[in-house]
Amino acid sequence: VIGDLVVRFLIGGAIVSLFSLLGDLLRPKSFAGLFAAAPSIALATLAFAGAKGAIEARSMILGAAGLFVYCRVLSDLLMKLDRPTHVVTLLTIPVWFGVSFGLWWAVLS
Amino acid sequence: VIIGLKGSSLKETRWTEYLVRFVAGGLVTAAAHVVVREAGPVIGGLFLAFPSIFPATATLVSRHERKKKERLGQQGRRRGIEAAALEADGATLGAVGLAAFGAVVWLLDAPLALATAAWFAVSGLLWLVRR
Repeated sequence: VIGDLVVRFLIGGAIVSLFSLLGDLLRPKSFAGLFAAAPSIALATLAFAGAKGAIEARSMILGAAGLFVYCRVLSDLLMKLDRPTHVVTLLTIPVWFGVSFGLWWAVLS
Repeated sequence: VIIGLKGSSLKETRWTEYLVRFVAGGLVTAAAHVVVREAGPVIGGLFLAFPSIFPATATLVSRHERKKKERLGQQGRRRGIEAAALEADGATLGAVGLAAFGAVVWLLDAPLALATAAWFAVSGLLWLVRR
């Protein structure tokens, strides 16, 4: 079990780093921003999912809706609050949980 | 619309910043697996679109932009925050692409390479339309 987690950790870290590197390299910045929502975790997870993959992918659509709202709210709050970026990005994380689990409750539960 | 690569931007990133992103990505991937195992694929699947490294990425973007302005002798704090907000704005389009990725795997049972192409096509097209 630990070995499985270590393999997933290494593969996930590598894929996330690869997409981050692309985001660093690409210009303009608004285009590079697409790579901040790259399917890194999905690739690292679904590669091992087998038959459960389709079910995980269906839920992932709701998680993506949560990510959309998180990023939209975050962008607005950063401009309005004028507070340090790391503080606002972390304090906004509950928005992702609220939207993703709210949709799960409404659609899939 | 000119999309290009800027190699010099890699010099602005310290090795510790790459390490932070590697560790954050690895931890969330491992955590997603634990959630799938304990709570099942329906709940676990939500975490495939968790904003895992977004706080780290946006903070780095903000810091790099601030430092760039400060090297020119200007106040960079506000500019750094604006750059992070722009990054988040771009990520909203990436999130729509992420939903397309999920739909392609769910409905078509397609290979992950094709789903990744769908993510890139949808988010890239939205970016072009918005410009």
